[in-house]
Amino acid sequence: MASYSEKVMEHFANPRNMGEIANPSGVGTVGNAQCGDIMRVYFDIDDKGVIRDVKFKTFGCAAAVATSSMATELVKGKTIQEALEVTNQAVCEALDGLPPVKVHCSLLAEEAIHAALWDYAEKNSIAIEGLVKPKSDIHEDEAEEEDY
Amino acid sequence: MSHPARTVYLDNAATTAVAPEVIEEMLPYFSRYYGNPSALYELGQQARNAITDARERIAAHLGANPPDLYFTSCGTESINWALKETMFAYSQNGRHLITTSVEHHATTHSCDWLKKRGYEVTYLPVDQYGMVDPAQFEAAIRPDTVLASIIYGNNEIGTIQPLEQLIDVARRHGVLLHADAVQALGNLRIDVTKLDVDLLSASGHKFYAPKGVGFLYIKKGLRTRSFLDGGAQERKRRAGTENVPYIMGMAKALDLCMANFDERVTRETVLRDHLIKRVLAEVEHCRLNGHRSLRLPGNANFSFEFIEGESLLLSLEQRGIMASSGSACASGSLDPSHVLLAIGLPHEIAHGSLRLTLGRDTSRADIDYTVEALKEIVAHLRQMSPLYEDFVAGKKQLSARK
Repeated sequence: MASYSEKVMEHFANPRNMGEIANPSGVGTVGNAQCGDIMRVYFDIDDKGVIRDVKFKTFGCAAAVATSSMATELVKGKTIQEALEVTNQAVCEALDGLPPVKVHCSLLAEEAIHAALWDYAEKNSIAIEGLVKPKSDIHEDEAEEEDY
Repeated sequence: MSHPARTVYLDNAATTAVAPEVIEEMLPYFSRYYGNPSALYELGQQARNAITDARERIAAHLGANPPDLYFTSCGTESINWALKETMFAYSQNGRHLITTSVEHHATTHSCDWLKKRGYEVTYLPVDQYGMVDPAQFEAAIRPDTVLASIIYGNNEIGTIQPLEQLIDVARRHGVLLHADAVQALGNLRIDVTKLDVDLLSASGHKFYAPKGVGFLYIKKGLRTRSFLDGGAQERKRRAGTENVPYIMGMAKALDLCMANFDERVTRETVLRDHLIKRVLAEVEHCRLNGHRSLRLPGNANFSFEFIEGESLLLSLEQRGIMASSGSACASGSLDPSHVLLAIGLPHEIAHGSLRLTLGRDTSRADIDYTVEALKEIVAHLRQMSPLYEDFVAGKKQLSARK
């Protein structure tokens, strides 16, 4: 098992913003069950484009849960543009780092946020500057790992 | 992390705590009888006599002739030796080896190594319980088949293979058979003479001896050579100074295991069945992996739908419970355990697997505490799981349509 920072364990044990939002402004799901992680992010965005509330649900390891928790913390109360600037590196750093094999989990958090924003943009027929259509499965380009 | 009030060790298939009597037995051989068994003076001869005694004691428990037991450093060494040196020694007869799709990595990776050197390997499929079919084994035998290697008691799912029948098939076709008994020894009665097995691997730390000692049984007359090049130890078949204290510890550990064998195994089996019964009854969307009854006494392996194994393990650890999982995240690779995939579990179910392995110190209170913790953790992780959310939404849709 990977060795995690105290902050990762703290967010895993007490995840922030876990749950769902009824009638969300945007919702996005990324990952796939075959690889072992799926992340879903819900946004409540007001008419000024501020993320008033955010919730997540995650199927995955402790790193996946902790990055979901931290990423949602980092975008809460931010504008859409500010939320787009929250990168996987920022999530990683805020958690005092992740073991190398788990860095892909932070990628998933960034992707989930982008997917939920994409959904919001589509629902409102708007274009968000700098947002590209997210891949539904972030693992699809990942090379097969040599196991020994 | 805060320290839990209670600790429960349910990973005895990974390793066991060394029994106090075993430590007691080992101590004199570190500093009092510390001689090299190959030395001619008395200090050396005392050490030599000690390992002769240990060999005889272990052989007696196994129905083996003492000279047919060779001490090694671990189960992995025994398995590497058995597979590679047997295939080399009999390569004139053929280069084909048969094994199963539920082996330990010591076997599968030794097979990979052999394959890169021109040997051929057939992996027998297993049924949903992880059981090999002797008829399929027979059908896989070719004129150039030299050896079959079978895991007797499975390290992940606990399933016990029909070893007697498999050996019978091997005998009839002139194929040698190696049994990986690393998990089985101490948990099943094994008589190598009655079984008529050709090679058998074991590891001390699975039955309350320390890590760093094991043995390989090689039936008399079988061709092999030393896996390590060096001195003339172990009748020139395993070079390297004998690990006298650990060998003594392993003999003592097996003495203890066999002294109260029936009582210990019955007790563990009853506790295991209590665990299985409670989990299956009290946790929804959960299945038992491995055979219901033909399984190692201490092994329980479950899959919980909609949740992932590493999260489950860490949550258990926060409650002081130590266990293991076949999920990819827990192992550090992308794929879940090959054993769980071999019994037909889809990837997402295999990711949510949990292995709990009991030992001689496990109590009923430990099991009940673990079941209560599991119920809470599984509920919490499902509440967090988008897969569970979709499953519940799907059920609501179904009932709305009715």
